[in-house]
Amino acid sequence: MNNLKRRKAANFIAMTLASLCAAVGLALLFIILYDVLVEGLGSLKPRLFTQDPAPPNIAGAGGLRSAFLGQGLLTLAASIIGVPLGILGGTFLAEYGRHLRICRFISTLSDMAVSIPSIVIGTFAYAILVKPMGGFNGWAGAVALAIIILPIIVRTTEEMMSMVPWALREAAFALGAPYHKVITGIVWRASMSGIFTGVLLAIARVAGETAPLLFTSFNSNFFQLNMSRAVPSLTVSIYQYAASPYESWVGLAWAAAFVVTILVLILNIIGRIIVKMRKRD
Amino acid sequence: MRVGLTKNQVFKGLTAVASASVLLIVLAMLVTLIVESWPALKHFGLINFLTTADWNYSTENFGALRPLFGTFLSTLLALIVAVPVAMGMAIFLTELCPDKLRTTIGTALELLAAIPSIIYGMWGLFILAPFLESYFQPLVAKSLGQLPIIGAFFQAKLAGGVNLFTASMILSVMIIPFISSIAREAMAQVPPMLKESSYGLGATRWETLRHVVIPYAKMALAGGIILAMGRALGETMAVAYVIGNRHAALDSIFSPYATITSVMANEFNEASGLQLSALFSLALILFLANFMALTVAKRLLGGKR
Repeated sequence: MNNLKRRKAANFIAMTLASLCAAVGLALLFIILYDVLVEGLGSLKPRLFTQDPAPPNIAGAGGLRSAFLGQGLLTLAASIIGVPLGILGGTFLAEYGRHLRICRFISTLSDMAVSIPSIVIGTFAYAILVKPMGGFNGWAGAVALAIIILPIIVRTTEEMMSMVPWALREAAFALGAPYHKVITGIVWRASMSGIFTGVLLAIARVAGETAPLLFTSFNSNFFQLNMSRAVPSLTVSIYQYAASPYESWVGLAWAAAFVVTILVLILNIIGRIIVKMRKRD
Repeated sequence: MRVGLTKNQVFKGLTAVASASVLLIVLAMLVTLIVESWPALKHFGLINFLTTADWNYSTENFGALRPLFGTFLSTLLALIVAVPVAMGMAIFLTELCPDKLRTTIGTALELLAAIPSIIYGMWGLFILAPFLESYFQPLVAKSLGQLPIIGAFFQAKLAGGVNLFTASMILSVMIIPFISSIAREAMAQVPPMLKESSYGLGATRWETLRHVVIPYAKMALAGGIILAMGRALGETMAVAYVIGNRHAALDSIFSPYATITSVMANEFNEASGLQLSALFSLALILFLANFMALTVAKRLLGGKR
């Protein structure tokens, strides 16, 4: 049975290779996480959160307080624009427009819009909001982030609302409720945790975005939260500090990278826990 | 008779406008990119712009050939490395991995895919680039670099580890979790009956994979790879850190080069006039290429994604 031996050997080799690939791939990804943890924790100091940026030659000074606040402000503004618009848009696709052809098209388009390179969205925001205004401003950054959030939320909302059984709506109609009451009082409630997860994951995605901010809200070294001017940004600061030749700035960049990573991971984990709890119910 | 709109009609209108906003934004983006890139495309001519390698600030001559080639080559190299690794990973997860470990690894992969690209870029710059420079580049130079004619292409010409190859490796690390989770999903959808029939005929695991699972899932697998390609094409921060953004002929895979996204990230803010318009043209090309890749991927994935 020479043939059988050969086949078994081929199987063994293929399976070993597959396991090796898995081991290498997983190891690589965990090495990245490990390096970010070690480098980040090594340079994590309280002044990262309490002080504003300082020149690199002042020893023991300088932090990214303003950048944290600025990034938070941009993300908040983007959510205020993108989340309600996305939920309403998804609602139309799942309810009023569910039989319309144009709505199938918008749904597909949203799916694709999720993958538009974020730097292209940045150039778009630059063209419509930075050039006419004559300079970098926070609103342009917030709009760029909102454009990234919007299709994600449209799709999750549509999907979550479509999963609510029709019998539930019919029961509400039978009680004489108008459609908008059925949506806001029944369908939204039934799909609330799913929509919330979508919102959380969308925010996690933009909280670490850099490319769309480069040409829009850019960055500022000052404590400056006026949205009509350049707003300090954590991710753009990481980009600039990491590329600088100063050791103290590189250290700050690692520490900030660590905080961003942990934040994004926590948001993702919370989202997953909500999904799990929902499945259990 | 009631005058005016009912609350329901108001709500319906509101949601309709909100859903139309997606369509309007994408259209506005396309129109804006075309309008902004028009001066450069008109000045250089579309074909000329796409085939000119020169990118010169002083003579104001801008061509897209090098960034296009850089994006193409870095994506290709990334896929060459990432696809086998991701497929092996998917095979391991669907065929060999114990059930309990499977969900843990699956979740870990999805979490790792959520880490912002700037973190990958920073890791690439400070950890991967020096590592590749001191261990991998000499190895390649001693082996492939000794070949006649093409050998020079595998010799490092500049120090620093910031080059096309490092950028490709960072891209491949970023798309590995992405491809493997799509591949895993695709392989899990093969009906168990088919696999069991194959086992029943005495086939080994590998034979079942090769002749049953992979042919059954091949459309979805191809769709996943193209989706990952779209991602690699548009990836900016990770590439901008480690490619060096150099406008010169590519003389080695270990030389700094430029991609569409690295040129945009590095030059957009200082650009004006013709250069800015040329950068918008690059953005337009990227936008269209990405949409094409997504359309193909969606077809292959059967509209599920």
